[in-house]
Amino acid sequence: MKINKESNIYTIIYIVVLVVLVGSALAYTSISLKDKQQENMAVDKMRQILASIHVVPEKGEVIDDFNRYITASYVVNNCGKRVDGEAFDINVAAQSKLPSPSRHLPVYEATMPDGARKYVLPVYGAGLWGPIWGYVALDADGSTIFGAYFAHQGETPGLGAEIEKPVFSGQFVGKHIYAGDHLVPVAVVKKGQKPVGGGEYVDGISGGTITSKGVGAMLSNCLLPYNNFLKPIHEKSLR
Amino acid sequence: MAEKISYKDVFFNPFSKNNPVIVQILGICSVLAVTTKLEPAIVMGLSVIAVLAFSNVIISLIRNTIPTSIRIIVQLVVVAGLVVIVSELLKAYAYEVSVQLSVFIGLIITNCILMGRLEAFAMANRPWPAFLDGVGNGIGYALILMTVAFFRELLGSGTILGFQVVPQAFYDAGYVNNGMMILPPMALIVVACVIWVQRTIHKELQEK
Repeated sequence: MKINKESNIYTIIYIVVLVVLVGSALAYTSISLKDKQQENMAVDKMRQILASIHVVPEKGEVIDDFNRYITASYVVNNCGKRVDGEAFDINVAAQSKLPSPSRHLPVYEATMPDGARKYVLPVYGAGLWGPIWGYVALDADGSTIFGAYFAHQGETPGLGAEIEKPVFSGQFVGKHIYAGDHLVPVAVVKKGQKPVGGGEYVDGISGGTITSKGVGAMLSNCLLPYNNFLKPIHEKSLR
Repeated sequence: MAEKISYKDVFFNPFSKNNPVIVQILGICSVLAVTTKLEPAIVMGLSVIAVLAFSNVIISLIRNTIPTSIRIIVQLVVVAGLVVIVSELLKAYAYEVSVQLSVFIGLIITNCILMGRLEAFAMANRPWPAFLDGVGNGIGYALILMTVAFFRELLGSGTILGFQVVPQAFYDAGYVNNGMMILPPMALIVVACVIWVQRTIHKELQEK
């Protein structure tokens, strides 16, 4: 029997079979590679956390360096009390969208070679085209920024994408997030301007206004909930 | 196809005489985007070779069953499937490069070279020549990608594959890396220079 290749029935059956075949091939690939991919993502996350404390590991030594520098990690709530949970597994993206009293806030404690303690806090927000995120490392006084790392998914190269460059993130080093006893996250403002409410600030990126504002909003949204955790640390250091 | 095709021509023509990038001017978009460094350019080249070879073979195998009215869709489904597989493999085994290449692996789907080869060659030929044609065109594309990336990395960053090749003494003597080379416009100019050299060698390609 000769099959009519131009008939609608043949066409529909053909494409359905093809799509099912390709679909199952993709599902199989995705499932069999999942573990390896998640491991890579975890390593990449460790690399980003280390970048915020100015540690750039050699290839293949990310996990070792992470275990060496990051000496403790835990989860706190809005009141600054520790809660159950693994800091590394907390989905910061989802947490940043919850109202602050119900958030789970991961904290990574790093011990530098000279014995100094740093607190690394993850931040997550929105740029112009997609998500932006980063890690902010604070000194043992809970206020001075030791280092910052920012990354983005698809900001405009040369404009918003500049937030991932050290030129931008380096500006945060040495800024204080406590003004008196108030937590005032570092503001990102247009060059030559100052934030209205006072507080410390860095220059935004010319041409990357929305991304720069996104960084500012991200910092204030993600750092303010840590107030009750950082305040005792900060006050203790003043005594 | 009635005339006998030479496997040698099928494989070697795309290297130079019928190069997809510098003679047919296809796939320019990715040449501009992924050639600032040599390493991603090599990975991109390999990915295109793999996708092109396998999609050519698959389409060639099923060419007599494809209903004409949906043949482009069938080609797209096959290419898209292969591209996703390549992208997943890269994420598992070459994570950093896959981050650098970001969307451009996904955009292989829209690379004109692929649709061009599938429509023009795989639909009309048996699997073996189709495989050779795919690999040949893939290599032709990768060669240009690597040439452009070589010059852009050398002049733009002073490195090759991440290793410093411009000696420190040069920098001390006042040599500076050309920042322009890292920006997209210079990719276009380098491609144009490659085309210029190639047409000087192959006079028959020059337009009257």
